[in-house]
Amino acid sequence: MSAAAHAVLPGRGGVFGALADLLWRRPGVLLFVMLLPPVLWLGVIYLGSLFALLAQSFFSIDEFSGLIRHELTLKTYGELFRPSNLDIILRSVIMAAVVTLAAAVVAFPIAYYAARYARGKWRVLFYLGAMLPLWSSYLVKVYAWKLILAKEGILNWAFAQLHLTWLLDLVLAIPVIGGNSLSVSYIGTFLVFLYVWLPFMILPTQAALERVPVSLIEASSDLGAAPRQTFRTVLLPLALPGMVAGSIFTFSLTLGDYIIPQIVGSSRLFIGQAVYAQQGTAGNIPLAAAFTVVPIVIMGFYLWGARRMGAFDAL
Amino acid sequence: MRSDRGSRAPLGLKIAAAAGLLFLHVPILLIFAYAFTTEERSYQWPPPGFTLQWFAATWNRPDVWQALGLSLRVATISTAIALVLGSLCAAAVSGSRFFGRETISLLIILPIALPGIITGIALRSAFNIADIPFSFWTIVLGHATFCVVVVYNNAIARFRRTSGSLIEASMDLGADGFQTLRHVILPNIGTALVAGGMLAFALSFDEVIVTTFTAGQQQTLPIWMLEELVRPRQRPVTNVVAMVVVLVTLLPIVAAYYLTRDGAEIAGQGK
Repeated sequence: MSAAAHAVLPGRGGVFGALADLLWRRPGVLLFVMLLPPVLWLGVIYLGSLFALLAQSFFSIDEFSGLIRHELTLKTYGELFRPSNLDIILRSVIMAAVVTLAAAVVAFPIAYYAARYARGKWRVLFYLGAMLPLWSSYLVKVYAWKLILAKEGILNWAFAQLHLTWLLDLVLAIPVIGGNSLSVSYIGTFLVFLYVWLPFMILPTQAALERVPVSLIEASSDLGAAPRQTFRTVLLPLALPGMVAGSIFTFSLTLGDYIIPQIVGSSRLFIGQAVYAQQGTAGNIPLAAAFTVVPIVIMGFYLWGARRMGAFDAL
Repeated sequence: MRSDRGSRAPLGLKIAAAAGLLFLHVPILLIFAYAFTTEERSYQWPPPGFTLQWFAATWNRPDVWQALGLSLRVATISTAIALVLGSLCAAAVSGSRFFGRETISLLIILPIALPGIITGIALRSAFNIADIPFSFWTIVLGHATFCVVVVYNNAIARFRRTSGSLIEASMDLGADGFQTLRHVILPNIGTALVAGGMLAFALSFDEVIVTTFTAGQQQTLPIWMLEELVRPRQRPVTNVVAMVVVLVTLLPIVAAYYLTRDGAEIAGQGK
């Protein structure tokens, strides 16, 4: 009847008890059981289909019959280097870069204000102010811009009310980025991209700025730096990892999008649209697959660079 | 970073921040105005008049209800799958160090780090190769894949803050693994799972890019909207649907915020 005899409690018994004991004695089994379902799901379904797709990029399409020839070849990758396809790639990369830069510029004041000055109710407001647009429906956001950029829409109306229609016409007359109206120009596409992906830049930038001690900025101005110098030599370098983390999203998402340029913009294609057209109407799966490799490779380099700048710690 | 109470933001910063926030929110508010407009053939601004008739018209549209029903069912099941897979993975990754741990976190994040069109077209060609016909389940398959990461992010943030000694204490006091799970682990990570689940639901409910490749002939609500965007036929009904979608996605986001705000980690940070 001594308590010491029960220093090791008896197992609970039953199937569950035995199972619990087994999992406790062998943590490896527990780990295996926990990891198996997610790894199977993502490994088989996701990676499996990804590799199946990539494998197809090494096939080619028979130009006469339109059927896929199942022999390994690099011919399809060669097609990527046709001038028209190179144009598509270049156009998408430039758009992604411009959108990313603009998002960084617009996001910084919001993130900085939220991190340094907003408190209490304002803090919640700023946080939700970035979160709500991030999570609200992508299509609804694009739709809102279709309303805004329409010929009879609010933007043209506002310019007319301010008697600035000439200014709008002047901007639209700029070659390449202009067009007949905002909704069929690169400016329109750019605005929608910027709007839709901006929240992805705000949150990581804000997270990076939150970690900057305010005494550092005070020290900088105590030592005689002008606000501009403080910004350039203290604040910006410390915020940069967060901005780079945000740029991963803005860049990658712009690079692969095919819906926004289809709805707002000129008829010239972006990578996403090219993939969509090749696999759909053209039925050229190998070329579509080769096109998807482009953003993967670009993002690979981008992530590699971002990692060297410490962006992953800022995520 | 937080300034003392007395310090004031420079005027330029205030204006830039306010302009940025307006840029983010005015377009969404515009949709609300358009839902009440009497104009049905164009996107005329300002609206010539206001009416409630489009709400009744939308209510009586079977195609909208069908699309909504499909979206809700897909989102529910995808969220359930993502909850199981995401929390299992988060528990494994946070609880122990093992070979390939980094690879697993990368694998989880990959479906949202790569552009959606790649996930979509990869799944579609895999379905074609395996001769799987498009159905409800092919949509779920795609959605669950990218919803896992949202649950995972929320759960792992909570696991990091939950002290491992709690679990050891429970075991020392004689609870077996299942009892510890039920009485110690689940209550601790519960709100994080609810928040992750809600965000996963919102993500799935809204997804369009992957869905266009995995849906076949069926229409989820986003696909219905996409059709309207490309070829507008019933503008007033679309306006109302857009407004309702904004309101419906608003609730889980605000709820998720209040469920996770006590922590230092931000829910859903890496959408």
